[in-house]
Amino acid sequence: MNTRKTLVSLTALATLMSVAACAAPEKKADTTTESGVDAATATSAEDFGGMDELVKAAQDEGELNVIALPPDWANYAEIISTFEDKYDIDVNSDQPDAASQDEINAANDLKGTDRAPDVFDLGQSVALANTDMFAPYKVETFDDIPADFKDADGTWVNDYGGYMSIGYDSSKVPDVTSVQDLLGPDFKGKVALNGDPTQAGAAFSGVMMAAIANGGSADDIAPGVDFFAELKKAGNFLTVDPDSGTIEQGTTPVVIDWDYLGSAAAANVDTWKTVVPEEAVVAGYYFQAINADAPHPAAARLWQEFLYSDEGQNLWLKGGARPVRGDQMAEDGTIDADLWDALPEVTGDPVIPTDDQTTTAGEYLAANWSKAIR
Amino acid sequence: MVGAFQDGDGRPTLGNLDALTSDAALSALKGSLVLSATTALIGAALGALLAYLVVSLPSQSLLRRTTLAISGVLAQFGGVVLAFAWIATIGSVGIVTKAMSDVLGVDIYGSGWLFDLPGLVVVYAYFQIPLMVIVFAPAFEGLRPQWREAAVNLGASTWDYWRHVALPLLTPAFLGALLLLFANAFAAYATAAVLVSQGQPIVPLLIRQAITSEVLLGQANVGFALALEMIVVVTIVMVAYNLLLKRTSRWMR
Repeated sequence: MNTRKTLVSLTALATLMSVAACAAPEKKADTTTESGVDAATATSAEDFGGMDELVKAAQDEGELNVIALPPDWANYAEIISTFEDKYDIDVNSDQPDAASQDEINAANDLKGTDRAPDVFDLGQSVALANTDMFAPYKVETFDDIPADFKDADGTWVNDYGGYMSIGYDSSKVPDVTSVQDLLGPDFKGKVALNGDPTQAGAAFSGVMMAAIANGGSADDIAPGVDFFAELKKAGNFLTVDPDSGTIEQGTTPVVIDWDYLGSAAAANVDTWKTVVPEEAVVAGYYFQAINADAPHPAAARLWQEFLYSDEGQNLWLKGGARPVRGDQMAEDGTIDADLWDALPEVTGDPVIPTDDQTTTAGEYLAANWSKAIR
Repeated sequence: MVGAFQDGDGRPTLGNLDALTSDAALSALKGSLVLSATTALIGAALGALLAYLVVSLPSQSLLRRTTLAISGVLAQFGGVVLAFAWIATIGSVGIVTKAMSDVLGVDIYGSGWLFDLPGLVVVYAYFQIPLMVIVFAPAFEGLRPQWREAAVNLGASTWDYWRHVALPLLTPAFLGALLLLFANAFAAYATAAVLVSQGQPIVPLLIRQAITSEVLLGQANVGFALALEMIVVVTIVMVAYNLLLKRTSRWMR
C-alpha cells in the first residue's frame, strides 16, 4: 500500500515537473525586419533607414504590449487610442493599475513569450535598479531633452513629471493652502494618500512633501511620518487607496497625489481643486524605457518616437502632466499654450530626491510607517 | 520555500527570517492572528446559533432550505466583490451611511474605520458566519432524536440533556469548525487588499508589499519568508483540526 502511494506521488510529481518544464518555451523570435535590420538592437530610427521604415517594421509586427498604464493617468487612454489610430497597430494594455515593480516582474515572468511588455513606464528607484533590462534607444527629439532627464545612451529617458499636490473637493472641505490645514476638524476621515508609501512612489513623495512642510528634508523624512501619525490620531487620515472612481463617488474628498492626477479628477468633479503647497514643493519624473526582450521591438521603438514627438508630449500635457520636452517646446512655440499656462502654479525651488535619499527614506518608512498610522 | 532562505542573488541566508522579527512583520502577524481569531469566534458563535435554529425546523421547511442555500452562496462570497458591496453600503457615501445620517443624524462612518482592521472584522464576519452554518449544521443533524428520548426516559431535564449529552458531542465539531474558520480568515487576501491600502496590518498584505513595492526594492525573498510563516501557522491549525475531526468522527458514525 505504502509503495503504491509513493509511486503515485512520484508519478504526480514527475508530471508536474514536466509540465513546469514546458511552461514557457524560450522562443528566440526573429526580430529582423524585411529590410534586413535587427529591430531588437536598433538604437535610432536611422538604423531602420528612417521613420518610414520604422513605421513599416512596426506595422509588420502589428501589436504593442504596454503594462501598468491607467487610462486616467496622464491621459494614457487618449495616448493609446491616438497611437492605435495613427499607425494602425493594436495596443494590448495589461494590468492598468499595476505598480512599477509589477512591470519588471511581468517582464521576467513572461520573458520569451509574445505577451511580455514591450515598454516600461517606471518610478525612479525601480527604473534605476533595472537598467540592464532596457534597450538603449534615442528618439529623433533626443537632443531636446535636458541632460538631467535622460541616460546619455538613451537607456532610459524621463517622460513626464509633476509636483506633489493636495487635491480636494471644495464643496466638501474648506480651501486648503498648506499641508498643516489638513489637521483641522473639517477634514475628519477625509484625507487619503495615493497608496502606501512603502509601496507606491506617489505616496512616498506625499510623505516627502509632508516632511518638508514640517521642517524635514529629502534626507530626513521622519517629520513627514510624524505628520501622518498626527493626522491619523486626529481621525483625519483615511486608509483608502484613492483613484478617479473614489474621487467621483466622494469617498476620498481630499487626496495627496501628483498634480496631474488631480487635474484628471477635475474632469469629472467640477468642484475639484488642486494646490501645490508652496512651503513644500516636491517634484518627480517617471522613467520611460524599452524592454530589451521586447516581443515587438520595432513597435516599441515607434511608441517611443510617438511619445516624444510634439503630438505625444502635448497629449501628456493634456493629462495635466509636465512633458519632459515642455520647456523647449514652449520656446519653439510647439506646445499647446493654453494647457501649458493652465498648470497649477508652483513657486519656490522644487525638491527632487536622489536615488540614495529615496533608499534611505524608504528604509525609514519600512521600519516606521505602519507604526505611525496605527 | 527555498526562496525564503536565499538573498536577492540566490545565495543562502537566514536574513529573511530575521526580517520576520521586524516591528512591521510582527505587528502584521499579530494583526492577522487577532483578525482571524476574532472573526472565527464571531462567526462560530453566531453561525452555530443560526445553524441550531435552522436545523430545528422541519427538514422540508422552505426557510430551512433557503437559509442553507444562501449560506452556501455567501460562504464563498469573498474577495473584491464583497469589499465593494460593503463600501457601497457603509462607506462614506454608502446607502446605509447616508440613510443613517439623514434620518437619525448618526455618523456610522466615523473616520473611516471600514478601511482598517475593525472594518475587516465586520466584512470577514459576512462570509465566516454562513461558512459556520454549512460546516456546523451537519453536526446538529447528527444528534439523533433517540439519544434525547433515551435521556428523557432516564429522567433527564432539557438542561441535563444539553449539559451531559449534546454539548460534549458537539464540542469537538465546534472547535474543529472554529479552526477551519480561523484558517479561512488567515488566508483571505483579496477582500483585505481592496479595503486596506495603508500600513499592511495583516500578513498577506505585507507579502504584497514585499513583492510589488517600488520604494523598497529586492524584498521578494522576504515575501517568501512571510509566506513560509503563514504556512507554519496554517499547518499548526490544520493538524489541530485533523485531530479534532478524528475525535468527532468517533462519535458521529
